[in-house]
Amino acid sequence: MAGTKSGREEKDFSEGSVIELAEVQTAAAPQEVCCGGAPPPKTNPLERPGYTLKPFVRAFIKDSRSDVALVKTELDFSDHIGALLARLGINRDEYRIAPGLYGVGYPGQGSPVIVTANYKLTFDFVRRELAGLDCWILVLDTCGINVWCAAGKRTFSTEEIVYRIKETGLSERVNHRRVIVPQLGASGIAAHEVRKRCGFRVVYGPVKAVALKAFLENDMQATEKMRTVTFTFGERFELIPVEFYLFGRKVWWIFPLLFIISGFSPDIFSPLQGWQRGILVSSAALWGGVCGMLIVPLLLPWIPGRAFSLKGALLAMATTPAFVLVADLQVLETTALVLVFTSISSHLAMNFTGSTPYTSPSGVEKEMKRALPLQGLALAAGIVMWLAAPFVNI
Amino acid sequence: MKGLRYIENVASLTLDKDRCVGCSTCVTVCPHRVFQLQESKAVMVDKNGCMECGACAVNCPVDAIRVDPGVGCASLIINRWLKGKNLPSGSCC
Ligand code: SF4
Ligand code: SF4
Repeated sequence: MAGTKSGREEKDFSEGSVIELAEVQTAAAPQEVCCGGAPPPKTNPLERPGYTLKPFVRAFIKDSRSDVALVKTELDFSDHIGALLARLGINRDEYRIAPGLYGVGYPGQGSPVIVTANYKLTFDFVRRELAGLDCWILVLDTCGINVWCAAGKRTFSTEEIVYRIKETGLSERVNHRRVIVPQLGASGIAAHEVRKRCGFRVVYGPVKAVALKAFLENDMQATEKMRTVTFTFGERFELIPVEFYLFGRKVWWIFPLLFIISGFSPDIFSPLQGWQRGILVSSAALWGGVCGMLIVPLLLPWIPGRAFSLKGALLAMATTPAFVLVADLQVLETTALVLVFTSISSHLAMNFTGSTPYTSPSGVEKEMKRALPLQGLALAAGIVMWLAAPFVNI
Repeated sequence: MKGLRYIENVASLTLDKDRCVGCSTCVTVCPHRVFQLQESKAVMVDKNGCMECGACAVNCPVDAIRVDPGVGCASLIINRWLKGKNLPSGSCC
C-alpha cells in the first residue's frame, strides 16, 4: 500500500498544520521554581472550557475545518485500567469516546479510512494495531458498544456511517472514496446502500483488528483466516467476568432466601438448621453457577453435545460423585441438590448462547423449547425434595 | 468454526440462485464462510455453519439471500416470549 507507512516528511495535508501536544506542553511549562518546589505544568493551552483533553490524544490537525485529533498508538496505564474494569463489567456502559474523525500517524489525502465503534475498548484495539501507519479512524456512534453487538442492534448502521462520513467532511480530507469497515459490522451495513447514498465504497476489512496491518499491507485482500470468526479459549475466558458480574447483580438475593427456606423443620423453624442446610443448598446453587457460567464456556468444544443446555447438564451431572463424597448426605437431600445444580448449570450454560459468535437464533429457540420445561421441572422437583427432606427420613 | 458447531438443520437461510449476479459480497462478509463462488454464482457450502447474523442478506445488492436475522441469545428469546414478539430481534448483549 502506498502512503500507509508513517513519516512526517511524506505528509500531504491539503492545508492546515499539526500541533503536537508534547511540544505545546514543553513550551508552556514554567521555568522558575516557586515556594514549595517546582509547580506542576500549566494547563495545556489546547484545553477548552467544558471539554476534556483525552490522554490518548497526541496531536491535532488544525485547519479551517473542524479539528482532527491524532491519537497515540500505544496504550498507557489508564487505558489498561479502563480495559480491565470494562472486562469485569464495571463502568462498561460509560466506556465510550466521542464519535467523529481521528487519525494515527500523519494521515493525508491518500491514507486509508478505518471505521470503528465508539466503545473505547474497541477503539483502543484499533489504534494499537495501526502503530507505524498513517490512517484516518472514523468512529461511529454505537452508544459505546462494540462493532459486533452494535451491528446486531443496528446502531452500527448504514444510516450512521453515511451520516458520519458527511458530518466529518471526510470527502474533503481524502481524495479516494473508500472506507474500511470491520467484517463483523457487515450485518448492520449495506455496502451498496452506502455507496449509493454518499459515494463511498465499503471495503470489508478483517474480522479482527489484529489483522488490520497485514490486510492493509496486502492490498486490502483478506485471507480466509482473517475472514473467519473464532471463539478460542482466551476469547471465551475474557467473557466470563462480565457474565458473572451482571448475573450476580441480578440474583444475589436468592442466597439469603435459600438460608431461610432451609430453616423450616419439624420444630417449625430452626436457625441452626437453616444455617447448616443453607450452606449446603447455597453451595449447590453456586456450583451450578460455576459449572454453567465458567466451566462450560471454558471447556465448550470438549463437552459432548451440541445444545448448550445439554452440555451444562452433562457437566454438572459428571460432578455428582464428587459432590456425594464431599456432602455426605441422605439420599433425598443428595438427589435434591443434584437436581438443583444440574438444572441451574443447564440453564446458565444455555444463557451463554448470547455471548458466542456461532449460535443461530433458530437453533437457540429449538434448544430452549426442549430444555426450558426440563430445567424448570428439575429445579422444582429439587426444591420440593429439599423442603421435604427434614420431615422424612430417607 | 473448528470444534464448535451448533444445532444442525435449523438455519433459516435461503439463496435464490437465479437472482444472484455473482458479486461475491456474501462470500466476503460471512464470518462462518457459508458461501463460495462457483461458476460465477454463490453456493451455500456450509449452511449448517450459519448463525443467522444477516450480513449476507443485508449486503446482497439484488436481494437473492433471505435469512431471519437475529442474535442467538437465550435470555433475549425468553424476554420476547414473556413480553410478546414486539421486541427488536437484535438487542442482546
Ligand atoms: S451477494 Fe447476492 S448477488 Fe452477490 S454473490 Fe452473493 S447472492 Fe450473489
Ligand atoms: S447469515 Fe451470517 S452466518 Fe449466515 S450465511 Fe449469512 S453471513 Fe453467514
